[in-house]
Amino acid sequence: MTAILIYSDQDNFALELVTAARSLGAAEVKAVTINNEEQAQVLANAGAQVLKIDNEAVVSADVAAVAAAVAQAAEKAGTDTVLLTSNRRGKELAGRLAQIMGAGCLTDVSSIKIEDGQIKCQRNALGGATVAVQTITTDKKVIAVMPRTFEAATGAGGSMEAIQVNIPAATIKLLEVKAKSGDDVDIEAAEVIVAVGQGLNDAGQLPMIEQLAKKLGGEVACSKPVATDKKWLSEERIIGLSGKNCKPKLAVLLGISGQVQFTVGIRDAKTIVSVNTDENASINTMADYILVADLHQAVADMNGKL
Amino acid sequence: MNIVVAMKQIPDLQQIRIRNRQPVFEDVPLTLGPIDKNALEAAVAIKEQLEAQVTVLSAGDENVEDTVKEALAAGADQCYLVLDDALKNAESSVTAEVLAAALKQMEDKPDLILFGEGSGDNYSGQVGSRVAAILDLPQVGYASAIEVGEGKAVVTRSLENCEEVVEVTLPAVVTVIAGINEPRIPSVSQILKAGRKPKEIVEPDELNLDLENAKTDTLSNLAPETQRKRVVVKSVDELIQALTSEALIGR
Ligand SMILES: Cc1cc2nc3c(=O)[nH]c(=O)nc-3n(C[C@H](O)[C@H](O)[C@H](O)COP(=O)(O)OP(=O)(O)OC[C@H]3O[C@@H](n4cnc5c(N)ncnc54)[C@H](O)[C@@H]3O)c2cc1C
Ligand SMILES: Nc1ncnc2c1ncn2[C@@H]1O[C@H](COP(=O)(O)O)[C@@H](O)[C@H]1O
Repeated sequence: MTAILIYSDQDNFALELVTAARSLGAAEVKAVTINNEEQAQVLANAGAQVLKIDNEAVVSADVAAVAAAVAQAAEKAGTDTVLLTSNRRGKELAGRLAQIMGAGCLTDVSSIKIEDGQIKCQRNALGGATVAVQTITTDKKVIAVMPRTFEAATGAGGSMEAIQVNIPAATIKLLEVKAKSGDDVDIEAAEVIVAVGQGLNDAGQLPMIEQLAKKLGGEVACSKPVATDKKWLSEERIIGLSGKNCKPKLAVLLGISGQVQFTVGIRDAKTIVSVNTDENASINTMADYILVADLHQAVADMNGKL
Repeated sequence: MNIVVAMKQIPDLQQIRIRNRQPVFEDVPLTLGPIDKNALEAAVAIKEQLEAQVTVLSAGDENVEDTVKEALAAGADQCYLVLDDALKNAESSVTAEVLAAALKQMEDKPDLILFGEGSGDNYSGQVGSRVAAILDLPQVGYASAIEVGEGKAVVTRSLENCEEVVEVTLPAVVTVIAGINEPRIPSVSQILKAGRKPKEIVEPDELNLDLENAKTDTLSNLAPETQRKRVVVKSVDELIQALTSEALIGR
């Protein structure tokens, strides 16, 4: 592997991509930054060869502009392979960039390695029911890697160089940026997770769930409907395909049926406990300990005994 | 105003079983992607506010002709289908070429082209972006709200840490998230009428399209191995005991 170009709008993810590129044996890790002097510095300090774009026309909200900029950077850097972060911005960029580069593309990549001279990427398929190993068969490649798949890079010996790009007239105008309601919990980092599903009767029962999480030294998380339909907890706490991917030591799952879109986000937990009134709930097939019981009763009991 | 909604036929994911780590598709009914249904609902909601025609666009095998009835019942006015066995599990770059060619061919020029944020089975989130690139259209991904105005739309895009409100000139590609709405359940009379709605069916040849080779290759696709203890405990006491003995609690 000669050189790999990386790009992410977020510093920490960009650093992870530097590590990813190194793990693929890139002789040179190049990074493109867009109107972000600070990130250029951070990446250069971690040993990347930074191509700096300073151009007001490249607005981050305009994917077409960002894709055009990154494609031109790849050309200037002489790289066929571009690594992006598979967050929402990165995924949206991936397809557009791949199309203009004439590249094959894989997104949501959760593991990536070189084997038999190919880059083998692992990603969920069929809504998470299966894990596929895929390769890109074209010379040009765009790969969007899930956040936190790699450690942030450290290093030295990086460099910085300004490059010019041509960007077509903007067709998108940013009107407003609204901060999301401030739940800054990081359930992916938690060692213990207490997750509730639709088996929970009402939001009034949440304090006892929080109490249990506290006693176990963990965080409260949930299945998607609890956040998106019922709005009892913030979307930051959703586990699964459209939420977070958690690998805690202990996961206590309360009143969750175990649809695959949920289980993909928790199947790497070391120990899984399921509390469910239905002994045939499919979550029980992937639990280490199964308690067939009303979760409200069980949680009250646990809180009393712990 | 012409709104096109790209919808993919997928096996009903809830009904896929796993045998020897392999997914089993036998007898699994076909449906349309869940988030694609949100995209359709968004289109129908716009149509209810202003004069608009909603066309469902789908590429797939011959079964799509039947599967698409779901969408026609749920409020689409007509459908445009590109059918060929090779399109059933086509790779994202191939699907995008086909959809883009179909969009170019449409008599009523699309103003707004809606996609799901990801297809139900592959969830690559690529097809919408690729189509926008091929047609050189602006795009806004992860929409949680769409408001259409004269020659433009105001779209709220939901990102991990913020929401962006952007104005985009039409025609444009917009991909929606599941949270944008709750798709309606069609009534019996809507279902009955669905079969009579106009369908245009073409083959890739008619789009002057040589299907390109896939740009990715799948080496394996297996259910992850799960090795769980599956111990049934009879009481909270027993559970606490087990977790304590594993040093998971009470440290
Ligand atoms: C494209 C797509 C993406 C998705 N992404 C996600 C995702 O990221 N995360 C996610 O979670 N879901 C996701 N979903 C939704 C997913 O398919 C399920 O609908 C969801 O996970 C179900 O949540 P649940 O288990 O809480 O609810 P249910 O399926 O309703 O299960 C509730 C469970 O509680 C049990 N129960 C009821 N009462 C009690 C009681 N008193 N005590 C104990 N147990 C009780 C029931 O037996 C049942 O097993 C996605 C769906 C799609 C289509
Ligand atoms: N075969 C298809 N026919 C029509 N639309 C499709 C097809 N495949 C994907 N799409 C659309 O593209 C979106 C993203 O798909 P994907 O890139 O596979 O995640 C889907 O939500 C659909 O809106």
